[in-house]
Amino acid sequence: MEMWMKIGYALLLGMMIMFIFPRAKQMLKESPKVSGNEWMGVLIPIIAVVLFVMLLIKLV
Amino acid sequence: MNTNPSVLTQGAVSSLATTKLIRNTYTLLSITLLFSALMAGLSMTMQVSHGVSLFTLIGAFALIWLVLPRTANSAAGIGVVFAITGLLGFGLGPMLNSYLALQNGSQIIMVAFGGTATIFLGLSGYALVTRKNFSFLGGMLFVGMLMVLVAALANIFMEIPALSLAISSIVILIMSGFILYDTSRIVNGGETNYVMATVGLYLSIYNIFVHLLHLLSAFSGRD
Repeated sequence: MEMWMKIGYALLLGMMIMFIFPRAKQMLKESPKVSGNEWMGVLIPIIAVVLFVMLLIKLV
Repeated sequence: MNTNPSVLTQGAVSSLATTKLIRNTYTLLSITLLFSALMAGLSMTMQVSHGVSLFTLIGAFALIWLVLPRTANSAAGIGVVFAITGLLGFGLGPMLNSYLALQNGSQIIMVAFGGTATIFLGLSGYALVTRKNFSFLGGMLFVGMLMVLVAALANIFMEIPALSLAISSIVILIMSGFILYDTSRIVNGGETNYVMATVGLYLSIYNIFVHLLHLLSAFSGRD
């Protein structure tokens, strides 16, 4: 990648970080506390995604 | 059981509004994905350079940050969504051309396309059917995204292949979480604007596709 493109992508990522940072801070403060059962509802589909991606990697 | 007619009517109206929001979001999402694919095809045919991708990305994110929040509640919002998805699709052209130049490039693209569709339909369907509230994921997902962006920024200059693969893997997981989070917000009333809902889901699909392509090409040993 040429240097001007690296700088361009770095500026874009820097802008993204600046944009997301205050929102992430606010969301973290406002996130409700949840039980282990509710985490299981997230972990199961995420583990399914991991296994599926591993299967796709085996396919190609 | 509550048999108060006014409560039942409120519940029915709320349910109808949610159904309408889901239908509008998925209709707009389907059309914008098709439009994005057409724009990607156009840029592939035109053989545009990688530099053009950078400018389309900057244009798309400028629209997302500066224009979309002001137009999301008006008819102009739909035009802005098409502009965003068109720019992002057009920016995919050079990357898809470079993957097509690989020995099994077309197979990698087709597998990434099918894989992305399966992940999206599976996760969104799961959140729609179970109607679970995933709003607690918001903070964690945004912080995770922030950390990934910092790592990606560092890796632009460090160019460590293993870090690049780790970033792609984590982005796929974070975007999968965002699909659950965004769909649950639509179902549970956290999001009432189908234009904003469409852009959120589109960005998750776009990122999963791009990073799945990266992983598949790397692990097929031809990246």
